[in-house]
Amino acid sequence: MIPLEHVIGLSAILFAIGVVGVLVRRNVIVVLMSIELMLNAVNLAFVGFNRAWPGSEGAPSLDGQVFVLMVIAVAAAEVAVGLGIVISMFRNRDSVDLEEASLLRW
Amino acid sequence: MSFAAILFYLFGALAVLFALSMLLNVHNTVAGALSLVVTMVSLAAIYVLLEAHFVAAIQIMVYAGAIVVLFLFVVMLLNLRDDDFAPGRQRLVRVAGALVGVFALAQFLRWLAPGLPELPAVPAGFGGHRAVGIALYTDYVLLVELIALLLLAAIVGALVLAKRKLDS
Amino acid sequence: MPVAEILKTLFILLVVVGGLAPLITWIERKQSAVMQDRIGANRADIGGLTLIGLFHPLADVLKLLGKEDFVPAGANRVLHLLAPLIAAIPAVIAFAVIPYGGVYRFGDHTLSLVVSDADWGMLYIFAIASLATYGTVIAGWSSNNGWSLLGSMRASAQMISYEVTMGLSLVGIFMVFQTLKLQDMALAQDTTLRVFGFLDIFFGLSHPAIDWIRLPAWGVFYQPLAFLLFLTCIMAENKRPPFDLPEGESEIIAGYHLEYSGMRFGLFFMSEFIQVVVIAGLMTALFLGGWSIPYLSTQTIVAGVGRFMGTGFATGLCVLLHFAAFMLKLGAMIWFQMALRWTLPRFRYDQVMDLCWKVILPLSIANVLVTGLVMLLVQEAA
Repeated sequence: MIPLEHVIGLSAILFAIGVVGVLVRRNVIVVLMSIELMLNAVNLAFVGFNRAWPGSEGAPSLDGQVFVLMVIAVAAAEVAVGLGIVISMFRNRDSVDLEEASLLRW
Repeated sequence: MSFAAILFYLFGALAVLFALSMLLNVHNTVAGALSLVVTMVSLAAIYVLLEAHFVAAIQIMVYAGAIVVLFLFVVMLLNLRDDDFAPGRQRLVRVAGALVGVFALAQFLRWLAPGLPELPAVPAGFGGHRAVGIALYTDYVLLVELIALLLLAAIVGALVLAKRKLDS
Repeated sequence: MPVAEILKTLFILLVVVGGLAPLITWIERKQSAVMQDRIGANRADIGGLTLIGLFHPLADVLKLLGKEDFVPAGANRVLHLLAPLIAAIPAVIAFAVIPYGGVYRFGDHTLSLVVSDADWGMLYIFAIASLATYGTVIAGWSSNNGWSLLGSMRASAQMISYEVTMGLSLVGIFMVFQTLKLQDMALAQDTTLRVFGFLDIFFGLSHPAIDWIRLPAWGVFYQPLAFLLFLTCIMAENKRPPFDLPEGESEIIAGYHLEYSGMRFGLFFMSEFIQVVVIAGLMTALFLGGWSIPYLSTQTIVAGVGRFMGTGFATGLCVLLHFAAFMLKLGAMIWFQMALRWTLPRFRYDQVMDLCWKVILPLSIANVLVTGLVMLLVQEAA
């Protein structure tokens, strides 16, 4: 049997890696990927907790998994818009370095 | 230790290893994206071990199959080969970031310690496409509609952002 | 029973995928020769024996194995070496959920002729198909060549786009059969369909003579539009002509596998042919009744033959007949793809994308809507 603590622990480790990635890396694309990693870590926690409280026979409770699906859909939307922003930023600045995008207007 | 538990630790180790490799690979964005794929697929395997079959399939289809391919597509479109972002004056931020990350992890793990239940037996059909579908289209139908709206907005937004100027 | 599973896997690998794929290279050459009024491959021989060119696949493989395995300068060595494998593995393992025979009962022993009888068979196919993109993308990027990069960018855009429509075009089929499991779909198609059944359901008209007019209950008769849409999408996923934009010879030389030689190129080549087999198997299971024999259901055979020869013999006969029927349909679908490949001219790149987003996507959504409406009306009336 898989201990729930370890599932949540794995989720926490992945989330921490994502946090560090967002704070440390300067490449916008890698920052977006780190955000995806954090979302994935949260999904893992959702799935783990849902597995621990699965509802009763005939009436499974799948709230956690439904939320995972929602997170995945939101992530897809976020990536579409985020990468669009990256492309237009690259057009304007010829770089994907976050430091280059520190001005509030062009 | 059961076979499922061994697989869990194996895929968990893979996920962490390749997440770290994505974080630490500063020279090659494509390799970073590919490391992310391995992490996503390992997580899908863990979802299967946790009886979330439908979510696992969607994870591979959407995350590994579409989202990371989009990342790769953009990296190739912008032709970012061996881009190096020298640390320079950002070293302080880096160290602070790493410290925050480790602190967050420590907080999580401290909170984790006792009190979580053993995993119980699951009811029949738990996590299959049928049960998830029923949950999605009965209890959560409003959420599904909202997600549909959000995705539409995202499509329009991405098109507007990425399209070249129309006046040329 | 791990032994049975291993045997089934080996069978699929060696016979259906491994045996057919090399044969298909020969079929394709012969097909193109027939359609272009040539004789085709017939020269390779062993001691004067040519066997109408059947030694050509063998000669091809020997040639590819003997070639130098070349990694271009400046390429990402690890990824360049891995890419052919990443391309080939999804193609091979996709066949695991395609049934090549029915479910048979010998005494208290049940035999289901499919490697993995998982409940989520079609989801597995979609997941595998979405992973197949990586082989081409990595190959193109790691080669350090502008043409390869262009090829893999085209490939990724084309494959992501067609994945969306591929899933959506099949929703109608899922609604009709109420399952994602391919074996259940094949079982549901092992019967007949009253062509004028709607008269009975909606107007209460029924007559034995009209009742006799029947079609096999195949998916293609329930969902003809989905058949066309799905075939288009899955052929575009496979990147063979007329959708071979990622490797368009006239514009980008050979596209993503430009820098590959020897057996590594051979793997890309083979994975396309294996996918032809997988496509044929999928189309057969979803739309052409799988292993079932039209107008002759399993129960009929078991009851009819069983009366004279015993149920065990009749069931064994069913296994053989069904497998033969499956292989026949598989062969027909492979031939159909070959004929299409040598008939249709290539699309332009913008035409491929327009076809996906402006034609197939709206049509498949309309298909889902109409299917739902009809099913609702039938349920109301029944």
